[in-house]
Amino acid sequence: MRQVVCVKRVPGTDTRIKVGADGRTIDAANVQYVLSPYDEIALACAVELREKHGGEITVLTLGPSEAQKEMRTCLAMGADQGVLLTDTTAFRDPSSTAVLLANRLKDLPFDLLWFGNKAADDDGGQVGVRVACLLDLPVVTFVTRIEAAEGKITVHREVDGETQVVEADLPCVLTAQKGLAEPRYPSLKGIMAAKKKPLEEAAAGDAPSHVEIVSLAPPPPRPEGRIVGKGLEAVPELVRILKEEVKVL
Amino acid sequence: MPQGVLVYLEHRQGSIKKPSREALGCGRLCADATSQELVAVAVGSGVESLAGEAGKAGADRVLLVDDPALAENSIAGHGKAVAEAARKMAPALILFPATVEGKDVAAWVAAALDTGLATDCIAIEAKDGSFLARRPVYAGKAILTVKPTKLPFVASLRPNVFAVSARNGGGAAEKVAFEGTGAGRVRTTEHIAAAEGKIELAEASIVVSGGRGLKGPENFSLIEELARELGAAVGASRAVVDAGWRPHEEQVGQTGKTVAPQLYFACGISGAIQHLAGMSTSRTIVAINNDESAPIFNVATYGLVGDALEVLPALTAAIREAKNG
Repeated sequence: MRQVVCVKRVPGTDTRIKVGADGRTIDAANVQYVLSPYDEIALACAVELREKHGGEITVLTLGPSEAQKEMRTCLAMGADQGVLLTDTTAFRDPSSTAVLLANRLKDLPFDLLWFGNKAADDDGGQVGVRVACLLDLPVVTFVTRIEAAEGKITVHREVDGETQVVEADLPCVLTAQKGLAEPRYPSLKGIMAAKKKPLEEAAAGDAPSHVEIVSLAPPPPRPEGRIVGKGLEAVPELVRILKEEVKVL
Repeated sequence: MPQGVLVYLEHRQGSIKKPSREALGCGRLCADATSQELVAVAVGSGVESLAGEAGKAGADRVLLVDDPALAENSIAGHGKAVAEAARKMAPALILFPATVEGKDVAAWVAAALDTGLATDCIAIEAKDGSFLARRPVYAGKAILTVKPTKLPFVASLRPNVFAVSARNGGGAAEKVAFEGTGAGRVRTTEHIAAAEGKIELAEASIVVSGGRGLKGPENFSLIEELARELGAAVGASRAVVDAGWRPHEEQVGQTGKTVAPQLYFACGISGAIQHLAGMSTSRTIVAINNDESAPIFNVATYGLVGDALEVLPALTAAIREAKNG
């Protein structure tokens, strides 16, 4: 079973986000970068499937040359080889990212193409489905469980209000939701092995953007809140507030 | 010259889901601001009955792509149907609800039309012949404002943010044939409904969430009782989901669901950044926590410093009395 996992390098989820001098992108000084959490889940699932069904796992990313670090982490977590398409654009429009990934994927045959369900910086969740459309492949998102059999997969997916059991023909595109697999943090053995695994680096090329960033700004501050009181004594006042101010009762 | 607003209707069991009616409300405002028409599109099998409801929620016309091959929501099938409808109509703006289905179909349509998409928007404005969209990024730690460099512009809208329109647009129905293929490569074989009467987290107008301050899974019954009393959905912090106390469908936060209800109760939840990512645009936040310095109190509209295990039963009882009194 040939699997490709698309991953993205993002600021750590604890990062204090500061708007940069251009007012449109973040100030990258002192930002610690990590693999996007849902991408780690996708990779962990790919590793589990390889244990059952054999085959190879390639990780693919679009990012700056510094993303070599995240690619080596993926190799240490179990991927067999990596492809880094180097790109210095700070906040590339997802339509453009999808085109560049799809172009490279034409030469990377796969049975399963994985994405995290969204990246932890843009929170857009577009690229996986866009790539599926560009390659005209079936796509199933928010996968929480997977089984593979002859030429098809059966997954569980979580949709607002219900769980769906879905079958898809191979090759197909999947996006990973939390619960699908537990990310495996690299062992020392994995880290050593990763140094010898192939990591290809090539220029990403370019593709047009269709959306322009006007500004990036801190969120509007929430209106000042107040402590209503302490312990059981404060309950009547809270209920009064819910009735008269929030008007939910 | 692209004109008009097209809105995708997500529907279940013969009615339009609320986030799509909210999208129609936003679409109505954009269409009025540009003096153009608002058109809704419904894709599926047996969708005729949706036209009336779409009209009442503001649509001037409703395109019905009715085909047995589209009975199940395959992203490719629905995406191709909407893309086809959009090529014929040539709208300036295409709106989707930012639900699981809405976001997926939006991305397919944007790729098929080779155009831009802004996901999970909290504001859209028609301006100078184009649009501005505002959306949270970096787990809600920043707001990005974007504009399209080409039309149509596609946007998905965060549920519970936009108002449903009171204006009846008439909703004149028009059947559109489905010319696409490839809807059969994905097959939904089973739907496992959530427990009877369980309210969907993403659409709920009130959410009651619990965290580690509940001390153990058995105490979540206190959260469920308060939720029942308020007609609310139940949410959970990552800590209690990871501990196996609650299913991950209930997780609110950066690696869980993003919700924007009118009222959010955070009980025994400290307020880590990753949790705030999932709920900080809630209109009113009530926090109940034993620790006065818990970060949740920085975002709460109303805070009660106390032990959730003690406060919750008293609160539920007092609310029951206030409702009946």
